[in-house]
Amino acid sequence: MKDDDHIIVVENLVKKFGSFVANDNLNFFVRRGEIFGFLGANGAGKTTAIKILSGLSKPSSGKASVAGFDVGRQSEKVKRNIGYMSQRFSLYDDMTVKENFRFYGGIYGLSAKGIKQKTAHLLQKLDMLDYKDMLLSKIPLGWKQKLAFSVAVMHDPAVVFLDEPTGGVDPITRRQFWELIYEKASEGTTIFVTTHYMDEAEYCERVSIMSEGRIEALDTPSNLKKKYNVNTMDEVFVRIARSDA
Amino acid sequence: MNFRTVRPGITAINMSVSVQIKNINKKFEKLEALRDITLSIPPGELFGFIGPDGAGKTTLFRLITSLLLADKGSIAVDGLDSETDYKKIRNITGYMPGRFSLYYDLTVEENINFYASIFKTSLRENYHLIKEVYEQIEPFKKRRAGDLSGGMKQKLALSCALIHKPELLILDEPTTGVDAVSRKEFWELLKKMQKTGITILVSTPYMDEASLCDRVALMQKGDLMAVDTPSSIVDGYNGDLWQISSSDMHAIVADLTGIDSRIEKVFRFGEKVHVTTHNIDNKELGVIIEGVLDGAKHKNILLEGAKPQIEDCFLALMDEKG
Repeated sequence: MKDDDHIIVVENLVKKFGSFVANDNLNFFVRRGEIFGFLGANGAGKTTAIKILSGLSKPSSGKASVAGFDVGRQSEKVKRNIGYMSQRFSLYDDMTVKENFRFYGGIYGLSAKGIKQKTAHLLQKLDMLDYKDMLLSKIPLGWKQKLAFSVAVMHDPAVVFLDEPTGGVDPITRRQFWELIYEKASEGTTIFVTTHYMDEAEYCERVSIMSEGRIEALDTPSNLKKKYNVNTMDEVFVRIARSDA
Repeated sequence: MNFRTVRPGITAINMSVSVQIKNINKKFEKLEALRDITLSIPPGELFGFIGPDGAGKTTLFRLITSLLLADKGSIAVDGLDSETDYKKIRNITGYMPGRFSLYYDLTVEENINFYASIFKTSLRENYHLIKEVYEQIEPFKKRRAGDLSGGMKQKLALSCALIHKPELLILDEPTTGVDAVSRKEFWELLKKMQKTGITILVSTPYMDEASLCDRVALMQKGDLMAVDTPSSIVDGYNGDLWQISSSDMHAIVADLTGIDSRIEKVFRFGEKVHVTTHNIDNKELGVIIEGVLDGAKHKNILLEGAKPQIEDCFLALMDEKG
């Protein structure tokens, strides 16, 4: 296994807030093009870890690299090589579809020409060309989520972080969303995703499960189910996240 | 019809109330948020509204709690009309909105006392009513609400909704964004509360939570697609359901779609694919699938009959309504 195949490498990562240890010695890697599920109970430390991996927060000790750049020392380079989408914060409601693409394309450093081409290509792929001048606020939630994903990957980042991307969307749209994820992963983009839908954990190639700041399990869904001798990822999750209760 | 006379005779439970919803329509400009909703919920029921964002769940709850007025139709809570008797309804209803709506700059204790005082009671007087929930956040009672974690905020909001001894409890997506373990714990809590006789209406986008309700309404874009017990909804599934898996789960949905007119609705479900068929038996289906799935790509093909889940039913109903 070559190291350059590991697009995310985390070594002895610790993050403390005062005396509170939010991330307690994390060690893991994510492969290029992998769909990696990052699971855990609320408050387990997932958001803290994602903030560090996306260059928004620095580790207290230990290190992590994303796309070959150190998150502590080269955070600006990390930011240029990742995309981010969450359910809570994605696109601007008071801008049109096209304006959102232009805005984020500009932030991600694409040229005016590049933005134009990408926007046309992505809108055609989503079958949304007719909606390019519509305000985001007028667009149904399911479509918004798909748009938000397209915007998050319009600069072809090495890694895209998806923080509960499918919250609240209907079951058909949820499945269509995962089709987009598969397609992007097959092009070599690494997908780092959190979700509370345990069926979606099955769609990931490997998943980690955090509890109280530590990674308690990391493997393929089928190996985890074997290990805990259960039939679903839901049961695996309950076993791990509830073990302390 | 005068709903005031409608009072189902469950005398053993004297604290809970019924909810009668009749031909409710509500528009926001051009958007039809609710279309001709009629629904009757008996006292003491734990009733679930299941559906994604935009289904109309919140609008319906705001109508029941008298916070919005309908364009057409009527709602009665315990026989009280939601437009004319709204003050009485508010006195017997506990409402936990989807968005955290307590005061960030008040402490846990201050928030509860504030809500208690609105209803002319106090935390001390009604402590026993919220003990089960409140005990879990009591160690943090001097902390400001804004500094609480998501799970603790949820418990505080529930405590505030329960402090005036409501007979009807309405919870708008209490488990959204909550992890799978905390969601289970929250439902255990609801089940316990139901035993006190209170009527509970709860909405959720998580289809798997439907089975925890006495009855559910499956909602989509302002319509009630189905109203029944979870088991009846599942039993009414149209067609035979199968689960299929192979070594290439990425490709399998596309490879099984559109192969035979009797095979429809191919959807990924966790580690399997769910396929619905009509007039086709296990053997024949096996032959068709073996023939379609390329052996070099798909190894270890597994086919077995499956019991529909609520999500299968929801997908099928969405399909029917286009």
